Amino acid sequence: MSNHLVQYICGIADNSLILGQRLGELCGHGPSLETDIALTNISLDLFGQVRSYFQYAAELQGDQSSEDTFAFLRKEREYRNVLLVEQPNTDFAYIIGRQFLFDVYHQLFLEKLQSSSDQTLAAIAKKSLKEVTYHVRFSSDWVIRLGDGTEESHNRMSAAIEDLWIFTEELFSCTELEKEMSNSALGVDVSLLREAYLNRVHAVLNEATIAIPDVKYFQKGGKQGIHSEHMGYILTEMQYMQRTFPNMTW
Amino acid sequence: MKNWPLWEVFIRSKNGLEHRHAGSLHASDAKMALENARDVYTRRLEGVSIWVVPSAQITASNPEHNGEMFEPAADKAYRHPTFYILPDELKHM
Repeated sequence: MSNHLVQYICGIADNSLILGQRLGELCGHGPSLETDIALTNISLDLFGQVRSYFQYAAELQGDQSSEDTFAFLRKEREYRNVLLVEQPNTDFAYIIGRQFLFDVYHQLFLEKLQSSSDQTLAAIAKKSLKEVTYHVRFSSDWVIRLGDGTEESHNRMSAAIEDLWIFTEELFSCTELEKEMSNSALGVDVSLLREAYLNRVHAVLNEATIAIPDVKYFQKGGKQGIHSEHMGYILTEMQYMQRTFPNMTW
Repeated sequence: MKNWPLWEVFIRSKNGLEHRHAGSLHASDAKMALENARDVYTRRLEGVSIWVVPSAQITASNPEHNGEMFEPAADKAYRHPTFYILPDELKHM
């Protein structure tokens, strides 16, 4: 049971970890000083949440594990993040689109995780929710600005939402582990979040004058450890220091 | 983004009584200016309240006029309330 809980916590943390890493790639490369800092602030918020999750997972595991072994020393198939968060920083519209599509889910998820029967998870969720509420505000504002902006920004924002939409369904497809965790009141039944998610996302897309994509086929796999071609590159960069200088600390 | 106007940012710290000038930033409108100010100037818990003002709305004194504007006050020490004894209960003077 404890082992399953550790895996479940890692799955939650991995979403924030990989998205945080993607945003971290933008440090010094944002389109303006202000958006650069805003995006890396979000990245640091996510890493802060990841640390809480991994520290707790390491404590439950009870062996030589630490937050670093969870973050840096697992193999690709052991990461359980959704495919959405590993998608590349194609352009600013993709960055905002990816952020928005994840933020809305993240907020709904944390709202429910606050009622977890596990006190630590509930506390992490409560603390993270304030940060994520700001993330939703930031990314929603930008979707609307770009969508309802110039012809070019509208086209790019629409293209990003259209392309990323195929990764949204995975957010709500329950794995066996997620079912077990929600049945025992430790975790969240993500399939119940879909309706609220679509309502919130549609409201923003409507304001942004962006058509809701009509997609029949969705891509999934990250939650089972089957990732897109991007994942290996992300891990190579992210794990480099710990792999090259084992046990190094700052 | 190159054409975004400049905004001046004022932050009130937790125990501060007034907003103080923190710096400036670029934003396309007031809402974005407020969010940018939050991200750029309050990330180390610097404040609990933010004002943003379009820089173009600020009328500044001309440094060339500093002579007649400010120098006459330089030798008028009697204008400082340092010649009075203030009761301890009086705060924020």
